Amino acid sequence: MAEERKHTTVSIPLPLHRKIKARIEGTGFTSVSDYVTYVLREVLASLEEEEKEEVFSEEEEEKVKERLRALGYLD
Amino acid sequence: MVNKPHGGRLIRRTVGYKTKKRILTELDDYTRFNIKEVNAVDVQSIATGVYSPLTGFMMSDEFQSVLVNMRLPDDVPWTIPVVLDINKDNITFEEGDALMLYYNDRPMARMYVDDIYGYNKKEYAESVFGTVDDAHPGVQRVMALNDTLIGGEIELLEDLENPFKEYTLTPQESRVLFREKGWETIVAFQTRNVAHVGHEFLQKTAATFVDGLFINPVIGKKKPGDFKDEVILKAYDELIKHYYPKDITHMSILRYEMKYAGPKEAIHHALMRKNFGCTHIIIGRDHAGVGNYYGPFDAQHIFKEFPDLGMEAMSFPAFFYCHKCGNIVSSKICPHDKEHHDFLSGTKMREMLKTGEVPKPYQMREETFQAIRSFEKPFLE
Repeated sequence: MAEERKHTTVSIPLPLHRKIKARIEGTGFTSVSDYVTYVLREVLASLEEEEKEEVFSEEEEEKVKERLRALGYLD
Repeated sequence: MVNKPHGGRLIRRTVGYKTKKRILTELDDYTRFNIKEVNAVDVQSIATGVYSPLTGFMMSDEFQSVLVNMRLPDDVPWTIPVVLDINKDNITFEEGDALMLYYNDRPMARMYVDDIYGYNKKEYAESVFGTVDDAHPGVQRVMALNDTLIGGEIELLEDLENPFKEYTLTPQESRVLFREKGWETIVAFQTRNVAHVGHEFLQKTAATFVDGLFINPVIGKKKPGDFKDEVILKAYDELIKHYYPKDITHMSILRYEMKYAGPKEAIHHALMRKNFGCTHIIIGRDHAGVGNYYGPFDAQHIFKEFPDLGMEAMSFPAFFYCHKCGNIVSSKICPHDKEHHDFLSGTKMREMLKTGEVPKPYQMREETFQAIRSFEKPFLE
């Protein structure tokens, strides 16, 4: 079952903190931490996306065809 | 061109090799959450695009929209909730946290918790199954769920263990296969039984009007007395080998737990097959039904409510053998009285085989029968 939540603290410059705080007013973000977490996830996900894109590459499609041939589904 | 994925984009929520390797060294950073088999099957289906456009377990707005509108919030048709449940007393995380979903003690997927919400089980059951009768197996499962749901995107690290890999294609793979075969129109046949001759005629009648036939047995949790998965596959292998044209037929499995939601599940079955690239789906009598909860053709009628589903239901009446016609026929094309009819059903076939009765040639192909008999115990105990 679930374990205790784990968080840590990251420092950002105060002016940046003020800017973010102003930006999230009236949005669904309830804290600067939420927003920063969201943005960092988005950045990391886009970096990981490069690996995902390979899944749809021609090379990958050729691997799919190889598997289909090995299974006898394609000549 | 094969059909477009549901919602317009085929979802892939699998991490690459490098990312997986890194995540596995950081397991302590995640809150561990053990999931059940049905959840693990859902994770696999989300990650490989079977549930496109879903990218994770449903959040409260999606869940409510599905119950109330039979659509996702962006208006894409969707009739069956895909949810992850937890007992609220066991929640030690909050929205914004990342979980590691474990199945059978192995890390399977990463999940970002975006929503933790309560729900009304009766509303859930009533909406999906059209009943709150606790004799309904789907209602029983909903009532047995924990009191809280968690929504958020997932990323698959490790495929679900699969004893039938050679029979398994992801939607990406089936799409490549169909394209390479030159199929543009493909009809899907959903089954959880070995085929009797009525099934064969149903499939072949539908296949006459399209480029390809995609036989897609459901593999997974079943009831005692049902055929074992390996029996269904072997019986179909023999049937296809002897009686189906290879260039228009393909069989691969779908790992999925039946909900017995009748018409609403028929839509769900259709959109899953759409993601495999199919354009049509065979909807027979009492599709995905159980007991007498649904009318025999409710599952055919519901398709009319979804002109934007992107899948055509090929609706058929029941097929049976008519002694006077001397053929497999349907109620639409046979003029004779019921006394001449020999109705076929999976249940009837199972009962015959259990009692050692040999099916007649118009009931079951000899090759199918021999395939079943090659197993000492073909039924689940």
